[in-house]
Amino acid sequence: MSLTSNDVKRVAKLARLGLTEVETRHTLEQLNSILGLVDQMQKVDTVNVVPLSHPLELTQTLRADQVDESSQREKYQTIAPQIGSGFYLVPRVVE
Amino acid sequence: MSNLTDLTFSQLKQALNDRSTSSVEITTAYLDRIGMLNSDINAFITVSGDDALLSAKKADIARQKGTAGPFTGLPIAHKDLFCTDGVLTTCGSKMLANFVAPYDAHVVSQCNQAGLVSLGKLNMDEFAMGSSNETSFFGPVRNPWDSERVPGGSSGGSAAAVAARLTPLATATDTGGSIRQPAALTGTSGLKPTYGRVSRFGMIAFASSLDQGGLIAQTAEDIALGLEIIAGYDRRDSTSAEEPVPNYISTINQKLKGLKIGLPKQFFDDRLDDSMRKVMESVIPVIESFGASTVPISLDHVA
Repeated sequence: MSLTSNDVKRVAKLARLGLTEVETRHTLEQLNSILGLVDQMQKVDTVNVVPLSHPLELTQTLRADQVDESSQREKYQTIAPQIGSGFYLVPRVVE
Repeated sequence: MSNLTDLTFSQLKQALNDRSTSSVEITTAYLDRIGMLNSDINAFITVSGDDALLSAKKADIARQKGTAGPFTGLPIAHKDLFCTDGVLTTCGSKMLANFVAPYDAHVVSQCNQAGLVSLGKLNMDEFAMGSSNETSFFGPVRNPWDSERVPGGSSGGSAAAVAARLTPLATATDTGGSIRQPAALTGTSGLKPTYGRVSRFGMIAFASSLDQGGLIAQTAEDIALGLEIIAGYDRRDSTSAEEPVPNYISTINQKLKGLKIGLPKQFFDDRLDDSMRKVMESVIPVIESFGASTVPISLDHVA
């Protein structure tokens, strides 16, 4: 699989990144090189390789479904550039 | 007393326990040295001078009262990727250039609980994505041994600060070499602990299934002491290993005699620089002189 220049422009627009033509071409080359590596890895014969999801015998730890921390919203919001009625205010990105 | 900043973390611990110096003296010595050298090396993004002296004073009082722990009053500095309550935490990025963390990372709170004095926050590659420390928004870190060379990365600030004796111990993180490689490039000791050994709570993530917090110091002994402070289970990290923390320092003087050390032939192939080969090959007889044996092995998957 490989991307086109239009794919890069679309993603850049969504990410609010301004790319010049040269940067678009450069980014396209880099992304396609990464996808090329994925294609290369998919060609590796792994039929006789036992899957290793993790080298350690860890199990997912779960906690009891109980409230045990107090709300610190005010403290956390002191560093926000803009808040209102307890919410974080951000520039509108979805029309 | 010799120059305090020449001592290792372990020697400073001994000096505090002997009462031959105080935490304020140690902290002042390091802050002075940071003031003298940091503009050239750029290892620190934030120097917490006032807070450090305040903690040092508290530490000295605790020692006088007999309420101190074994590490109370010893200095440390944190990679600027660990959240520090009330202190700037930038991750080397312009995006977080004004981010004052509202809580402590687990590693930081473990250090605080042990009574360590934080000298400040260390420079790093932006979001830990780099291996040379040239990508920080706060400017590159210089290798103290030669300012024309990089200190490695992404924990380059940690490595350079320890190498330049701006701190005896530094926290660091490693995803794909970010502790080990800068330690190698600055002649310091670095350890990436086993995944799960150190809680990632409050560490700004790069690749969560590979990130691990660790340390850089002058010696393995110092790392052993420091790891005991930062290691251990933390319920706030769901991949934290629920395993007891051994007394690492108890085996530090274990003899090499009887150990068998593998020399993977893939690491000694024709891509190895000649100057590196010379160094590596000169180490082998040293290891053997301590009674360990070396055996050539093959690690096919690294070729």
